[in-house]
Amino acid sequence: MLKRKNVRNILTLLALCFLLLVTACAKTETPAATKPANPDLILATTTSTQDSGLLDALLPVFEKKTGYKVKTVAVGTGQALALGEKGEADVLLVHAPDAEKKVVAGGSAIERKLVMHNDFILLGAVEDIARVKGNKIDAALKAIAEKKAAFISRGDDSGTHKMEQALWKKAGVAAKGNAWYQEAGAGMGQTLKIADEKKAYTLSDRATFLAQQKNMTLGILLEGDPALLNIYHVMEVNPEKFAKVNAAGAKAFSEFLLSQEGQQMIATFGKDKYGQALFFADGGKSDQDLGLQ
Amino acid sequence: MNDGLQAFQMLLNGEPEVWEVVWLTMRVSGLATLLSVVFGIPIGFSLAVHHFPGKKSVVRLMNAGMGLPPVVVGLLVSLLLWRYGPLGDLGLMYSPSAMVLAQAIIATPIVAGFSFAALGSLNPKLRHQLLALGATSAQANWLLLKEARLGLTAAVMAGFGRVVSEVGASMMVGGNIKGQTRVLTTATVMEVGKGNYELALAFGAILLLLAYCIVALLTYLQNHEKREMI
Repeated sequence: MLKRKNVRNILTLLALCFLLLVTACAKTETPAATKPANPDLILATTTSTQDSGLLDALLPVFEKKTGYKVKTVAVGTGQALALGEKGEADVLLVHAPDAEKKVVAGGSAIERKLVMHNDFILLGAVEDIARVKGNKIDAALKAIAEKKAAFISRGDDSGTHKMEQALWKKAGVAAKGNAWYQEAGAGMGQTLKIADEKKAYTLSDRATFLAQQKNMTLGILLEGDPALLNIYHVMEVNPEKFAKVNAAGAKAFSEFLLSQEGQQMIATFGKDKYGQALFFADGGKSDQDLGLQ
Repeated sequence: MNDGLQAFQMLLNGEPEVWEVVWLTMRVSGLATLLSVVFGIPIGFSLAVHHFPGKKSVVRLMNAGMGLPPVVVGLLVSLLLWRYGPLGDLGLMYSPSAMVLAQAIIATPIVAGFSFAALGSLNPKLRHQLLALGATSAQANWLLLKEARLGLTAAVMAGFGRVVSEVGASMMVGGNIKGQTRVLTTATVMEVGKGNYELALAFGAILLLLAYCIVALLTYLQNHEKREMI
């Protein structure tokens, strides 16, 4: 018969063993085919590339091919660019062309290349109290402001948020500060949920909306306006300005995105799940090809 | 709810991705708790046993630290560990070590505060009594710790419970990187963002189960001690 004391000792021993196991940070690493000198690569990107699931598809292939370990920091484009400007990231995949150009002009980023595009869409409840359906985006935003219909903004300085602010400006509406204009300060997925709960209007990128559609009652009310193009560029953080940047890794990632394989993966991503591609691959194209100046 | 079951099924079937997340959660929070015990218990002990000028303000500081907001800790650790921060050359940002550091900072005042309370509730004359009976200083300290072991176990539980369930600092310094720094809390937040509520719920359930198992084990040991004492 086991004495109580023995049981206790055994249990204590087990607890100790568990602690040892837990704290033994012995991680067996599988060596990649070619181990780069500095395998850690920090990618600062937008929430939409993560929330849509695109990165989950692309990164494992890239890592397997090159031996890099990508550390993805999915934040808003504004924050991603700020990380680049501080030299805290190696490569940026973002979607705010005007803000990107400023970062390149400031010398923090180099090799800005077009990767892919999709489009922004205006979502709202079926009742559509501001009657925006089928309008141009300028008229639609004016109508929302006139009706004082609730509009949920990302409010987090992301690419989508920057786009939305530019659209308000173009429509000549000072939306900020009104009670009907609400800033979520959250990623796209969370913002869609808030808009859905409040039956409000919101601007979203198509990829995140398609990925979230199953949880939502909001529908697309306005799409296809050329002003709603959503364009993603890849940029390498300038190693001449920041010595600690992993330049080789950034270059490899940029090349992978623009390689035939990368572009093929981007162009087909989502077709099996949503019946349509979430992104259009644009490798090698210029802004003019997309009808921009 | 069926979807939640499905996610549990995934775990039971040894879905490597889920196991990876669970395993890392245990490693990071376990190590952070261990560190907080190594630093916290001596702090609590010396505050309970020794008297020195300015002790009151140190105790106040410790009590305030028990409510350290994880996001603030995350931000401070980020500033320290960023490439161009003071400790940037260590290259720890977005790694499990960074998460352990942040979590240990969060848990240490909690462990210290609880152990201070546990040791402070002993009879203050006990130590002198032991010394008078011929115990060496180290022996007397050891006996005091043994005497307060119930409270000390509670301190460990409180510390572990706090860090295993915090998300702000882990997200900020770890970055929720798949296969590297993704733990149960950050995975839950991410799945909510992606709109996979059932998966998020399953991660949440696993987290609850994990926290419950660890605390249950500690409680069992604690009660055992109690029965022996009576």
